Amino acid sequence: MDKTIGQATISVDQEGYLTDFSQWDKEIGTEIAKEQGIEMTDKHWEIIDYIQDRFKAEEPLSIRGIKKSGVIDIKQFYALFPGGPLKKATMIAGIPKPKSCI
Amino acid sequence: MSETKVKKMLFILSKATLENVYAAFVMANGARMEGIESEIFFTFFGLEAIQKKKLEHLHVATVGNPAMHMPTMLGGLPGVEALASKMMKKEMEKLDMPPVGEFLEILSDSGCKLWACKLAVDMFHLEKEDLIDELDGVLTIGDFYNRADQEGTHLLFI
Repeated sequence: MDKTIGQATISVDQEGYLTDFSQWDKEIGTEIAKEQGIEMTDKHWEIIDYIQDRFKAEEPLSIRGIKKSGVIDIKQFYALFPGGPLKKATMIAGIPKPKSCI
Repeated sequence: MSETKVKKMLFILSKATLENVYAAFVMANGARMEGIESEIFFTFFGLEAIQKKKLEHLHVATVGNPAMHMPTMLGGLPGVEALASKMMKKEMEKLDMPPVGEFLEILSDSGCKLWACKLAVDMFHLEKEDLIDELDGVLTIGDFYNRADQEGTHLLFI
């Protein structure tokens, strides 16, 4: 399914996750964040970088991983991405929604 | 993204077998990850999961558990329960499931409220020092029901 964000057209799944990471850039991330009610700050981007690095390394994402990441603690993570942090952060990062139950 | 209709999950954990404790923890954490509020009320044997000295020594039940696929008499032999528990913990570690103590930290940091049941705490003669630091308080069941204060709240007994 195609979605237009600003000047760009991206393909997303039914929930709004990008299906092709190569289409992602920071502007797209910023716009998706706005739709989720999140105004991006440097700290937000630091986490998005971390998440994208894990994705590129094909390492699964989990809340436990966030705890160990050294980038952010869990409390801050929930505060920055309220209402389902990993779900929202991965959507902004342009990668698939995590499949893990933990 | 569609808004979920479940707003709050209240879990009552009354058992201390690994499989029950993890069921409650995974579901409570999963709720937070979906933007749903969650709280756990530890009562009766469930209190073992929040006792500092006991929480890392929980076992899976090998007796009276047909899904273990071992004869009940064998499951009752000394050491069998410990061995089965060790094996299960190893498998869980492979799936990156945190041990009980770390899981409680994650839950607390995620905003999941952790409550101890007053009646059970009194019955087992437990003191505040016996219980984990992350505990949000000791409640009566009436207090706990009062926390089901919004539409879309569900209670689950484990």
